[in-house]
Amino acid sequence: MAVSRPRAGLRLPGAEAAMTKGLVVTYLSLIVLIPLAAIAAKAFSAGPAEFWDTITQPQAIAALKLTAICSLIVVLINAVMGTLIAWVLVRDDFPGKAIVNSVIDLPFALPTIVASLTLLTLYGNDSFLGIHAAYTRFAVIIALLFVTLPFVVRAVQPLLLSLDRDMESAAESLGAGKVRIFTRIILPNLLPGIAAGVALAFARALGEFGALVLISGNVPYKTEVASVFIRGQIESDQVVGAAAVSVVLLVFSMCMLAFVNLIQKWGLRHDR
Amino acid sequence: MSLSSSRNTRRTVQGLLILALVAFGAIVAGCGSDASGESGGKVQLVAYSTPQTAYEEGLEPAFNQTTEGEDIDFSNSFGASGDQSRAVEAGQPAGYVNFALETDVTRLVDAGLVSKDWQKNRYKGIVTNSVVSIVTRPGNPEGVKSFQDIIDKGLDVVTPNPFTSGGARWNIMAIYGAAIHEGKTPDQALESVKQILSQAPVQPASARDALQAFIGGAGDVLISYENEAIAAQNAGEDVDYVIPDSTILIEQPAAVTVDAPKSATDFLDFLWSDAGQKIWAEQGYRPVNKSLVDPSVYPTPKDEFTIAEFGGWDKVADEFFDDQTGSVAEIEKELGVSTEG
Repeated sequence: MAVSRPRAGLRLPGAEAAMTKGLVVTYLSLIVLIPLAAIAAKAFSAGPAEFWDTITQPQAIAALKLTAICSLIVVLINAVMGTLIAWVLVRDDFPGKAIVNSVIDLPFALPTIVASLTLLTLYGNDSFLGIHAAYTRFAVIIALLFVTLPFVVRAVQPLLLSLDRDMESAAESLGAGKVRIFTRIILPNLLPGIAAGVALAFARALGEFGALVLISGNVPYKTEVASVFIRGQIESDQVVGAAAVSVVLLVFSMCMLAFVNLIQKWGLRHDR
Repeated sequence: MSLSSSRNTRRTVQGLLILALVAFGAIVAGCGSDASGESGGKVQLVAYSTPQTAYEEGLEPAFNQTTEGEDIDFSNSFGASGDQSRAVEAGQPAGYVNFALETDVTRLVDAGLVSKDWQKNRYKGIVTNSVVSIVTRPGNPEGVKSFQDIIDKGLDVVTPNPFTSGGARWNIMAIYGAAIHEGKTPDQALESVKQILSQAPVQPASARDALQAFIGGAGDVLISYENEAIAAQNAGEDVDYVIPDSTILIEQPAAVTVDAPKSATDFLDFLWSDAGQKIWAEQGYRPVNKSLVDPSVYPTPKDEFTIAEFGGWDKVADEFFDDQTGSVAEIEKELGVSTEG
């Protein structure tokens, strides 16, 4: 995710460069920028006061709070477990490793509503596991963990693969212990990946709807997440309200991205 | 980098760019042109999701058997009632529409897509009826007969979130109306609604999700439409249902759009005909033609009331379901504050 200044390498000559830039800008505008701008415009279409009233109504605050807190918990777990999974997949050898490696991406492939239904049979009232977690805040976390699993794993894996093991040997020969090697050599190198994975997972968790709608319970103030609240706003023909709460989610995501950028900068400085 | 390889790169990039532009243009053009020819032999049906089976397996084939319906093709679109209505408002082509709530038709009237006179016919724009019922575990082990029983026995109840599910608003109005008919004041009736919502451990996003949750083991009872309960039984689910003595008549509206072809109007006429109404009855819906209601299948509740008693949906939507000032929003707020932790 760290975007560095262009250095040496393949550069497109004049006319093509201009054309490429044009294409990229047009494409990004059509696919991302115009829709995002439209949402923001919609959110403020009734004025800043109305925007503020919408996002500070108690039901909205409760939903945003629940969503943000659950998402934070989820990315913290992801940061640790995702790194661990990546570590095992890169550094360890065991039978069936290739299969495990491909299973990681399955949460991406599954329609999220199916994920929700599956989790409901596992953790619902008829759970054959005997775990009755459905319709609680805990269920929100489980569902989010499921859909955000791949982000950190896939961001850390390539960094681990390209990590120069000579550094570790050198440190070892200089008398560094395992913990020291991990915290001083390996972790700083993985940090940009972890941070990038965390940022993506956080953004995904904030906006998740399908995986949560069946299992979260949707009880306002208790288990109603932001996306379900937004769904209610749309059903109540409060399009401006729906847009306003979405803008808050976008701001949350941007804050996380900014925070991650800071971490990455810190990581790069550490590099030298 | 040598000169020739640079030239090759340039050529490749040029080729890729042209390809990308062409592909992009093709995508935009492809998505933009909607191949929806206004042929008279087609009915573009847009409806809420529940009656999908009724249409596809009962009503449409039967219409094709009639002289007006011969050679008529259907293009069907089913989804959440509010979503479907908003889609048509935003431009989805539709000839015939059928929703769970009158306000979803009103939205199209306001948009100029459905005639203001859509209710000026024999059945006031309503194509089917149902009633709000209480779905129970097999044999009704709790012996529930009324909404008050749910409160008195302190049962866990599943009912959809009234903000995400427009259709779930019928449930709330059934509870409210039944309490009013017991002689309660409006404030006491709202207290009954509040009590029942406080006993709901889950408020699924839609009526179908609610049925799914109940079948999955959530709750002692489910508040749902009679037709949903019948559909669940027909699908082999092990549930029973009770029609409370005092409950609301659910009226499901249908209309044709202003520039609908004659085939759509013919279809609506067919749905209102005796033949059409009998198929609705087979599919779990109460005919709007009272003479066709078979009391052994569809007993009329002793004390059946309609939404008109509370001023109609436009008024009820404002008073009860406004997301900020409605009394149900207030109730959810009070419940949320008292249990937040």
